[in-house]
Amino acid sequence: MKKQFFLLAVALGLSATSAHAKLNVIATLPDLGALAAEIGGDKVSVTTLARPTEDPHFVDAKPSFIVKLNRADALIEGGAELETGWLPPLLEGARNAKLAPGAPGRVRCNQGVQLLEVPTTLDRAKGDIHAAGNPHYLMDPLNAKIAAQTIADAFAQLDPKSAEVFQANAKKFAATLETKLAEWQKLLEPFKGRHVVAYHNSWPYFSQRFGVQVDLFLEPKPGIPPSPSHLAGVIAKMKEEKIRVIFVEPHLNRKIAETVARNSGAAVVEACQFPGGVKGTEGGYIQMMDYLVHTLAKALADK
Amino acid sequence: MKLKTIIVLSTALCVSAVGLSAQEAKQMEQLQQQLRQMQEQFEKQQELQRQQIEGLRKQIEALQKNQAAASSEQEKVRQMMERPIAAAPPDTAAGLGKKPWRPTDPLRVFGGQQSYMNISFDGLFAMGGSTARDIEGGTQLGGHDPTQRGFTLQNLELTFDGAVDPYFRGQANVVLQIDSAGETIIEAEEAYLETLSLPGRLQLKAGQYFTEFGRHNPTHPHTWGFVDTPLVNGRFLGGDGLRNLGARASWLLPTPFYSELFFSVQNGHGETAHSFRNGHEGGPFLGRLHTVNRVTSPGDFIFTPRYAASFELTDAQTLLLGASAAFGKNGSGPDARTQLYGVDAFWKWKPANHSGGFPFVSWQTEAMLRKYSAGAFNWDLNADGILDPGEQDGDGDGVADILPRELLTDYGFYSQLSYGFRPGWVAGLRGDYVTRSRQAVYEALYGDDADRLARWRVSPNLTWYPSEFSKIRLQYNYDRRDRVGTDHSLWLQFEFLLGAHAAHKF
Repeated sequence: MKKQFFLLAVALGLSATSAHAKLNVIATLPDLGALAAEIGGDKVSVTTLARPTEDPHFVDAKPSFIVKLNRADALIEGGAELETGWLPPLLEGARNAKLAPGAPGRVRCNQGVQLLEVPTTLDRAKGDIHAAGNPHYLMDPLNAKIAAQTIADAFAQLDPKSAEVFQANAKKFAATLETKLAEWQKLLEPFKGRHVVAYHNSWPYFSQRFGVQVDLFLEPKPGIPPSPSHLAGVIAKMKEEKIRVIFVEPHLNRKIAETVARNSGAAVVEACQFPGGVKGTEGGYIQMMDYLVHTLAKALADK
Repeated sequence: MKLKTIIVLSTALCVSAVGLSAQEAKQMEQLQQQLRQMQEQFEKQQELQRQQIEGLRKQIEALQKNQAAASSEQEKVRQMMERPIAAAPPDTAAGLGKKPWRPTDPLRVFGGQQSYMNISFDGLFAMGGSTARDIEGGTQLGGHDPTQRGFTLQNLELTFDGAVDPYFRGQANVVLQIDSAGETIIEAEEAYLETLSLPGRLQLKAGQYFTEFGRHNPTHPHTWGFVDTPLVNGRFLGGDGLRNLGARASWLLPTPFYSELFFSVQNGHGETAHSFRNGHEGGPFLGRLHTVNRVTSPGDFIFTPRYAASFELTDAQTLLLGASAAFGKNGSGPDARTQLYGVDAFWKWKPANHSGGFPFVSWQTEAMLRKYSAGAFNWDLNADGILDPGEQDGDGDGVADILPRELLTDYGFYSQLSYGFRPGWVAGLRGDYVTRSRQAVYEALYGDDADRLARWRVSPNLTWYPSEFSKIRLQYNYDRRDRVGTDHSLWLQFEFLLGAHAAHKF
């Protein structure tokens, strides 16, 4: 009887879910925003700061972002220095204790993710290399799964009443992702070991997961614009190794990629890291990866 | 009859009692069912938590395994080093992830997440020349402008910043310069702490800092779009800008758009309080010698309110507007005061598919008004009634002049346009204008004051940023000063930045 009473009290406490406000969530980048929306469902409202088509390294620290961050319950960030050029002054202006480093509202999605290309020496003569490692880790679906779980755990802590919903959404997302991953891997299986050219080195995680080697870049060094001599070298190498595909993200110079494609007999493939970066990828992370894998498989099969 | 009634009544009562108990039983059943459901729910949650704990345990195990693997790798490296011919360890850690630090690895003393403090070192230099004979303080008003023909070290800036603790952020900018005489000077330009999360949308800042007056004043030379400081800033806020020891509160207003109120209280004396209680190194300023004491009462401070608001005009266009004022005493007399007013606007266009921040167009404009109430001043410095060397006799009557109290009104503005037309390349154009409202009494006596005369300047420039960490800039100044004439200056500026790259404020 006593136990029942106790249970009743606990249950009452748990079920006292009177209508409560949605979590106000800010995501720095659109891929993180898409994951947050997937996990949060209708229990959160997500605002993304960067636009899917812009260069994530050089987002303007607009004052309106300060207002958004000031009112946020949670901030979802990559945590691998991709936003380091614009996020710090925004947080400084936002003066929001909920987003302080270490606070439950400060969600760093690189937790539990093994970053690749962590430089052993820091030397800017090698270009603008991120000291923490390559920050484009969500290009591996398994890292997206880890990030989704990180987000779900953070949301559950911030809104314990909806914890089950968040965990269930994370589980559902992970399950879909796993099914899809098997499908994607099968689709790219025939092209294992094939080389692909990209404008910028955003693809080591993608390469690692799918076995397609994105390892030749139009930029001579990360963040350094292509020079004619470097491009000539790339074209020669593409011809030699019969590389047929060039990945170009929406913010990068398509004209240069097209010139290289013309001179090497390759095709330019519109790629993106952020849902909404290319038309038809607005539906979220899985739709975007679907697009990427299918487009790449088609381009590799065509030639 | 009575008995019958009683029986009927009691029966009725009994029946209703039975009815009641039946209802109670039903309720009990419902409650029990609810309890059962709750119990089930509770057990379900317990199970979920158990699974989560199990998951975490597995993660810990995996991590421990990784660690073990890493230490066995360390062991391998050690063995390798012990071999007679040591094989070089691989240069990149690609695919291996983060390894524990080894004595052969470099120490990381700067950078975002690896240390408690970001350190950067910025070197800003200029070379060039001008037709003007009075470059330093004549054509070029800024303390960090090119000051001479040939080479100028505009500044060497050491910046330290980071979180102090969970409550404060600290920043310090120490500047080294080599002046035109070749002497090295050091400036404690800024050193302040700032609260991180005060309640009520408030923020406090205290220490030595650039006053938030207008848009240009609080910025450091290497962030400027031009080689030199605007003329209004140089004339009204001084060559080194308005900065001093003090404290500032700011309040982020609860408006749907960005709007913020600032209020700063700073010491009012010293050379970085140019239009306020500045001794001007003992020389005359606006016709008078200035005497300056330390702070003796709250009236000796400079008070600077500012309001700023920003609007997203479109997805690609942002506008930031501001209005500032600064009030304080000046050193020309016991009750002499200065009022400074300024308005500023910044507009920027940057498309949704920019690459590396290019292309962009930005436009920045500031206008300022200074009301300098200059005190009455007797040039008979030793009060002996005789004209001594060093005392002024502008009207030539053989007696030292007595200047009346007068209000000197000056104003000016600059407007600058920057166009980032291709990655790394920016073309800029700036126009400057400053003037006085009318000739002052002291100017009628000693001639027009170069610090008040009308002048304008047009400066086109072209900047190339090989990367975010370096730049080369060529700028031409067409400089037209009343009573002086026209001058042409050409400056080539170059910059390098080592260490942490401070994020750009809007």
